[in-house]
Amino acid sequence: MPDTVKLEVFRYRPEGEGAPVYETFEVPYRDEWMVLDALNHIKDHQDGTLSYRWACRMGVCGSCGMTVNGEPVLTCATYLEPFLPGPIRVEPLHGFPVIRDLVGDLEDFVEKLQRVKPWIIREEEKPTSEGEYLQTPEEMDAYKRYSMCINCMLCYAACPIYELEPGFIGPAAIALAQRYNLDSRDEGARERHEVLAEHEGVWSCTFVGECSIVCPKDVDPAGAIQRYKVDATLDFFRSLVTPGRSP
Amino acid sequence: MRRARDPFFWGLFSGGGMLTALLLPALFLVTAITAPMGWFGMTGYEEWATLAGHPLTRAGLLLVAFLAFFHAAHRFRYTLYDGLQLYHLDALISIVTYGVAAVLTVLAAALLILVV
Repeated sequence: MPDTVKLEVFRYRPEGEGAPVYETFEVPYRDEWMVLDALNHIKDHQDGTLSYRWACRMGVCGSCGMTVNGEPVLTCATYLEPFLPGPIRVEPLHGFPVIRDLVGDLEDFVEKLQRVKPWIIREEEKPTSEGEYLQTPEEMDAYKRYSMCINCMLCYAACPIYELEPGFIGPAAIALAQRYNLDSRDEGARERHEVLAEHEGVWSCTFVGECSIVCPKDVDPAGAIQRYKVDATLDFFRSLVTPGRSP
Repeated sequence: MRRARDPFFWGLFSGGGMLTALLLPALFLVTAITAPMGWFGMTGYEEWATLAGHPLTRAGLLLVAFLAFFHAAHRFRYTLYDGLQLYHLDALISIVTYGVAAVLTVLAAALLILVV
């Protein structure tokens, strides 16, 4: 095993050179180090101005997503070892405007996420005195997979459609819409339909499937989208044969 | 109108994909292997012509042809739309691809009515 490994890090300093450059850093190599450990080593010992997001170091906060050798990954869950002998190229997530170095602008995603209303919607809340909304294990299984999403946006970085059609609401937002649509306590499917049934909702997706491949939480956004397409299509054809029913 | 267009054509696309995936291997097995080998009788032209001439068989074949053509049209439309990024030509591409599928479906219907 080598003693050190080289990282080619994407640097963008709007107040400096203006254009992005790649800067090479040599860091100690450790078998148990993740790419994020190498970045932290750079920040602590070589260049304190290197900017990137991270928080939990354990794959649950979803902030440290970056492009490593061309693949969108959580850097806290990606060992240095498979990339030996290096150099390892670290870039911000593709598809998002870069604010500085490895930090992308997430405004577009946050706005889209809010549009699908990812919370439980009730027509009428029952009073607390009547107790909890109970759910069977089967009812929970129906949406649990989609609830594992940590908003890390790797699926957006991997999606070729999001890059081509920036209006596309995107994989994670649709998976999270389905997380609530399939929840037995929720009554907001009609409201979310307004957003999902648009062309820039589910119909922009051509089932490339990269979102489900890169998802670190096995959420399967591509599956969520196809399921919604099937439901929306059946709804549409049913509305043709049932007068008075809107799709 | 646009809201109706997406599920309509996607419905034909997905129906066509599923039906051809299920039926084409079976059709291939029967017409290319079991029939030429004479495994289950059904070796003569007359027997096949009678089977193919049955109104239900004709309707089934037309349905497969119709959905398969629209499946191919939809796939080709998106190959041009996303693959070659011809966004500004979407209306023209849609008319040509679905139009060709519609013409081919009519031809298939004519063949099934006149020839079989």
